[in-house]
Amino acid sequence: MSEELCKFLKNRVAVAGLVVIVLMTLAAALAPALAPYPPDEQFFEGLTLEGAPLPPNATFWLGTDQLGRDLLSRLLYGARTSLVIGVLANGVAVLLGTFLGVTAGYIQGWVGTAIMRFTDLMTAFPALILAIALAAIFQPSLWIVAMVIAMVNWVQIARVVYTETVALAEREYIEACRALGANWPRVLFRHILPHLVPTMLVYATLGIATTVLLEATLSFLGIGVRPPEASWGNIIYENQTYFASAPWLVFIPGAAILLLALAFNLVGDGLRDALDPTQRGRE
Amino acid sequence: MGKYLAKRLGQSLLILLGVTVVTFLLLFLLPADPARQIAGRSASAATVESVRQQLGLHLPLWEQYLRYLGKLLQGDLGRSFVQRTEVGELVWSRLPATLLLMAGAIGFELLIGVPAGIVAAMRRGKPTDNAVMIASLVGVSAPQFVVGILLLYVFAVQLEWFPIGGYGTFAHLVLPAMTLGILGGGWYGRMTRSSMVDVLRQDYIRTARAKGAAEQRIVLVHALRNAFLPLLAMIGIDIGLFMSGAVVVESVFGWPGIGQLAWQAIQQVDIPIIMGVTLVSAVFIVAGNLLADLLAPLVDPRIRLR
Repeated sequence: MSEELCKFLKNRVAVAGLVVIVLMTLAAALAPALAPYPPDEQFFEGLTLEGAPLPPNATFWLGTDQLGRDLLSRLLYGARTSLVIGVLANGVAVLLGTFLGVTAGYIQGWVGTAIMRFTDLMTAFPALILAIALAAIFQPSLWIVAMVIAMVNWVQIARVVYTETVALAEREYIEACRALGANWPRVLFRHILPHLVPTMLVYATLGIATTVLLEATLSFLGIGVRPPEASWGNIIYENQTYFASAPWLVFIPGAAILLLALAFNLVGDGLRDALDPTQRGRE
Repeated sequence: MGKYLAKRLGQSLLILLGVTVVTFLLLFLLPADPARQIAGRSASAATVESVRQQLGLHLPLWEQYLRYLGKLLQGDLGRSFVQRTEVGELVWSRLPATLLLMAGAIGFELLIGVPAGIVAAMRRGKPTDNAVMIASLVGVSAPQFVVGILLLYVFAVQLEWFPIGGYGTFAHLVLPAMTLGILGGGWYGRMTRSSMVDVLRQDYIRTARAKGAAEQRIVLVHALRNAFLPLLAMIGIDIGLFMSGAVVVESVFGWPGIGQLAWQAIQQVDIPIIMGVTLVSAVFIVAGNLLADLLAPLVDPRIRLR
């Protein structure tokens, strides 16, 4: 592992992404201590006399929103929503996708065919629209949003894992294991699953970027995380009508979403370069 | 060719059949009673019951599905709960706007992605390459609604180069199409780069160089043509991204396509419209994948049809 770790650490952009992720995670975890105000408190002095939100100033560092709430505090709490949903939804998607992909690839036969045809079917739906359909049916809460995203995102992982499992299962060392009398759980857990870990790691990281964006989009459309619970997407949803007069209310949370998704994409790319066996020895 | 065509058509039809099962089941899972929704809140129990009979909601599940499928085959996507019109008509009337937006987006995608990918591939491993790759990741990581609002803010509110939203002229198309194209532009940049890198390594490129062909000609004529193939396979994925993106972009820019229709339906919990849009976009994706598979051998005769 150390060779891969060295390779990853030499990738400066990926390390920068990792630093961003660590900082954002710390900010989210320490939100109650870091936030200058409670995220839901509406300040009388947080609005102008005409009732418009305040731009960034000494009292409210990032300004206030249309209800006179402190934007910085809401952003910090919103980071929790993004990260919790990102990790949870994507964790479920990776586990489900791996389980189905391995099952289909290892057992094959009609079970495998059925699973993979179902996967094909799922790819015929656009991710966001399927998520919208599901979210419209199940009244969304934070947990439902996470599950909806997981139900949409497992498909790609299942496909990749399936292809890799099929390739692994045909290798000679697997045949040798069987010939030596290893039973199927041993072959599966000792000799196949460990080889899938790099792939799972890469997709787990890249998938969080997709998940963060999907959650933000659903919340922006008004069917994700419901206000008053803060999420970066719903901060923009609530304040978008003010974008011309109070652009910070859209662009600061927008920058936060971009930064977090970019960080996970950079780290995922770095991991792929460091772990991918097909890239080794090339150039 | 004929045999292959029949097989791929058959597969696509099977997937579409599966799609209808999924949308039907999603409609069925609906917690709200569709009969009550259509009859209205003040309707009596008897009216609701008669609507239920009319809709066939008392029938067993499989029979309801067959009726649903039969109606779909006649182009009947059901009735909207709120707008009191046929979903099929609504979707149909809004389709041209979305197709126009998609055409514009494809233009921007190619305009941004392909040159960026070529430049990155030619300067492989150099700072230019790294910069292009990071820029493409930024494009992929940027939430579309923020990009849309940003473009509106800069080019419509501040600079006043384009209208703030709406539909009708070419100027209305630019910003929404650009917003939709940026995400795909990022993907196209990465795809073009990796396929150009692969192609530039091949023997026939070395031969062309040895014969003294100009670098420009090698890249743009010899390499690009082959590097384009993997991009073709992206059509299906692209349409998926567009359909998802259309909901966001059309709601930001007030573009009267099926994405905006879906967005309005979300606000009013008008499930039949949402399912209609889901179904139509699935049809587009399946058709896009089929098209990509059928076009591939025309562009590259080495690909034999199986």
